[in-house]
Amino acid sequence: MGAKLRVYKRRIRSVTATKKITKAMEMIAASRVVKAQRQVAASTPYASELTRAVTAVATGSNTQHPLTTEVEKPSRAALLLITSDRGLAGGYSSNVIKAAEQLTERLKAEGKEVDAYIVGRKGVSYYSFRERKVVESWTGFTDNPTYADAKAIAAPLIDAVQQDTAEGGVDELHIVTTEFISMMTQTAIDDRLLPLSLDKAAEESAEASKGEILPLFDFEPSAEDVLDALLPRYVESRIYNALLQAAASKHAATRRAMKSATDNAEDLIKSLSRLANAARQAEITQEISEIVGGASALADATAGSD
Amino acid sequence: MAELHVELVAADRQVWSGKASLVVARTSSGDIGVMPGHQPLLGVLQSGPVTIRTTGESGDGTVVAAVHGGFISFADNKLSLLAEVAELSDEIDVQRAERALERAKSEADAAAERRADVRLRAVTGVH
Repeated sequence: MGAKLRVYKRRIRSVTATKKITKAMEMIAASRVVKAQRQVAASTPYASELTRAVTAVATGSNTQHPLTTEVEKPSRAALLLITSDRGLAGGYSSNVIKAAEQLTERLKAEGKEVDAYIVGRKGVSYYSFRERKVVESWTGFTDNPTYADAKAIAAPLIDAVQQDTAEGGVDELHIVTTEFISMMTQTAIDDRLLPLSLDKAAEESAEASKGEILPLFDFEPSAEDVLDALLPRYVESRIYNALLQAAASKHAATRRAMKSATDNAEDLIKSLSRLANAARQAEITQEISEIVGGASALADATAGSD
Repeated sequence: MAELHVELVAADRQVWSGKASLVVARTSSGDIGVMPGHQPLLGVLQSGPVTIRTTGESGDGTVVAAVHGGFISFADNKLSLLAEVAELSDEIDVQRAERALERAKSEADAAAERRADVRLRAVTGVH
């Protein structure tokens, strides 16, 4: 076998091995997307009932709460960035980090300090590489987040919001995450979680209930206590939902990236086998012409000696 | 007979839904029973068992669930029980709960002890 042909064969073998891996990763990601989507759907009843309850308190009483009142001059904002632990997901992490950068710029332009809270190793390494301060970070569960994880994230954030700004607390809480729209489309979005705009919550719920008027509620034990208990749960459930959507988006992005990697590998194998075939043909042609040349030289030699 | 629609949802799943004639749950100011036609209500639940007397298409019977914190909200004959964690009594592993209770007692972990205790009470029906 010629040297050229051997090189081509070896490259085809290595690309085939890579293709097998990417194909397997594509399949794993596809099954995980379905599972993550199912989790998003399973968490929806809780989230929608909670939104309904928050709206009920908001419309049924005129209670003031630190988590719903806007500060006149907000000077510090917390930013919760949700990225993934692992790469190989195309532009997934860089898109959401870019969205966080834009939001940071905007908040700074409005004269607010930005405290970063980060979920996922990709975001953490981005910030630590640039030596930026991160208040708190969580890693290790982005592929399959549980409600306990959401609670763990929400606790310090709620504490920070309830604290006075002068003592290191924050006035606003923003969340940057990736919204799962469909298998093909996932967009990085930013959203202000706190202070909660009750009008927006009311709108959401009005859309859900198609404009029916909420009844006057009786609060047990009191509207303030209910709101005290309700708002942290609401934040937790929103964070949980964001984590689940981010996980689903990550798997969808991985699936897409691995699919294009597999397609590329296929193209590469095709063009490499064309080249290998051509090299083999050239080798055979050369061998034949050598044999023919040798035979005719031999014939010439015997004819000459006669 | 009048009936109300009950949804028992945990943070990550829907635990139970169906028709009921009476729901008894523990709020922070005491046990509260909700029957069809109750005034709209929104309350904070404490860890404790929730008893649902089922009726209509769900069949006559009793469903008991262990609920760890959460809310009860009732409006338009629709009752929602929202809990971070909720388990039906027949889903609870008694032996595991007992072991958890003992472990919590020996480690003096009040929260874990309470959780295990609520689970056991939901199974045995002793309120």
